[in-house]
Amino acid sequence: MRALAWHGKHDVRVDTVDDPEILNPRDAIIKVTATAICGSDLHLYDGYIPTMQSGDILGHEFMGEVVETGPKSTLKKGQRVVVPFTIACGSCYHCGKHQYSACDNGLPADNQDIAQELYGQPMSGLFGYSHMTGGYSGGQAEYVRIPFSDVGPLVIPDGIEDEKVLFLSDILPTGWMAAENAQIEPGDTVAVWGCGPVGLFAVQSAFLMGAERVIAIDHFPHRLELAKRFGAETINFEESATYEALMLMTGGIGPDAVIDAVGLEAHGFFVDNVLDQIKKSTFLGTDRPHSIRQAIHACRKGGRVSMPAVYGGFVDKFPLGAFMEKGLTLKTGQTHVQHYMPALLNAILEGKIDTTFLISHTLGLEDAPKGYKMFHDNQNEVTKVVLKPGLALAAE
Amino acid sequence: MGDTLDMPPRDDAPLATSKDSAAVDVAGDALVEPRGDTLVGRAVTINRRRAELFAYWRDLTQLASFMENVERIDLLSAKQSHWVVKAPGGKTVEWTATITEERDGELIAWASDPGADVPNSGRVEFRDAGARGTVVTATILYDPPAGTIGKLIAKMFQREPAIQARRDLRRFKQLMETGEIAVGARNTRLQDEGKN
Repeated sequence: MRALAWHGKHDVRVDTVDDPEILNPRDAIIKVTATAICGSDLHLYDGYIPTMQSGDILGHEFMGEVVETGPKSTLKKGQRVVVPFTIACGSCYHCGKHQYSACDNGLPADNQDIAQELYGQPMSGLFGYSHMTGGYSGGQAEYVRIPFSDVGPLVIPDGIEDEKVLFLSDILPTGWMAAENAQIEPGDTVAVWGCGPVGLFAVQSAFLMGAERVIAIDHFPHRLELAKRFGAETINFEESATYEALMLMTGGIGPDAVIDAVGLEAHGFFVDNVLDQIKKSTFLGTDRPHSIRQAIHACRKGGRVSMPAVYGGFVDKFPLGAFMEKGLTLKTGQTHVQHYMPALLNAILEGKIDTTFLISHTLGLEDAPKGYKMFHDNQNEVTKVVLKPGLALAAE
Repeated sequence: MGDTLDMPPRDDAPLATSKDSAAVDVAGDALVEPRGDTLVGRAVTINRRRAELFAYWRDLTQLASFMENVERIDLLSAKQSHWVVKAPGGKTVEWTATITEERDGELIAWASDPGADVPNSGRVEFRDAGARGTVVTATILYDPPAGTIGKLIAKMFQREPAIQARRDLRRFKQLMETGEIAVGARNTRLQDEGKN
């Protein structure tokens, strides 16, 4: 089959590789009909993520048609499914509590050691995101092997375009959980740092959860424009002073809840953090924690901090004093995708949530390397690249 | 505890986590048969009933299904088994082990017979953990081949018993909870077996 494989920094290629096979009883194989490049894929592209190997197939936002099933899979050939980016078993203690991203068994035992060292306990597996998260082949390919296919994939009814449901795989549930973690109360003002896909879905979700005002913060005019379309007020931090603006816009109180959707923009781990920790040599953080610092600084007393943004290692100068003195609450975590998918599918079917606005470019799988470069070089206009294996190569 | 051993009164933490080197001797006196100088303790909580887990473990030949380095386990008698285990550099090591203590549903303890390539002893305990299932705790004492250097080499090749014990318990948990052992795209076990 054809698949987008990582070969090194800024070197991704569409290679001909072996088709995936059923390896375990609960596996299924799907034929990919649509997949997207995630902001966190750019960190693989930029070569920041350790434990990558040349030839690894990328992609963790994808959907397709079931073409093969293992004896314990509950899927049927021909079904259309969206696949959550978190690989979870559905049988362990955490899955029982719907904490799917904390699954005990999604990660092969050999791949659990690094996360154990780094975080104390390993998390679930992820598709197409280094060997630290399982070494699972990703979905920017013609075919993908889906472990635990009886638990993860969500069957999509006929007649709904891929574009409407594709983002159930990651960014829509991630934006939703971000808003949920902000514990929004009716009448709240919610500030969202970062108008990437997760931030924009958090804006939509916050309004659905009863927020009266949402203030979106970014520096890309096009992305702020999208936030505005959903009713958010905007702050361009290159034009205005963010903290001062927030204080004036909230009558000197500060936002009731703040959402940091910037972070590393990654589902991952900057190489320096990981190596630093493993070597236990230096505690110089390389995370860029500016947004979370500012969010804590601006948040009203007794307010809530939600952090969908991914941090992998340590941060310097975390404002613990402000956090304690103001009595804030922080909720965070990798998304429990499987938990949110069914309800969010209904919200899409009922027209309550729009996802298609995000797609700025659609390319064939063969054009994937071009898609990575476009997304990498122009984040203002390129908000989301969708790849379709069936689509012909674009004309030069 | 053996009163001949020189170790001050202890806290409640497991012996395998002690910073006092005398803990190895105490373990070899009170916990397991004395078969080495390296003590490893690992625990895993498995969302299954204690009896089910014990029964699977007690059928020793089944252990090879999740113990990555074990090539083969042959039963010699109800209490004796012969182990063939992968070692660094494509070699194998062998020993015969005898079950020294057994409590149905609760405990299996063993020790290697004289002449083992890697002398070892240990105990696996199964304890009810309410709604969370069962806690399985392994305590292993062993004598690394070629001492510290051998241990380093084994570690480089990821054939170090302390690493393997952790991974083996995780695979046991996966097998018991999910019915299968998670594998990624490129799996060394499958590669070794020519399946990947």
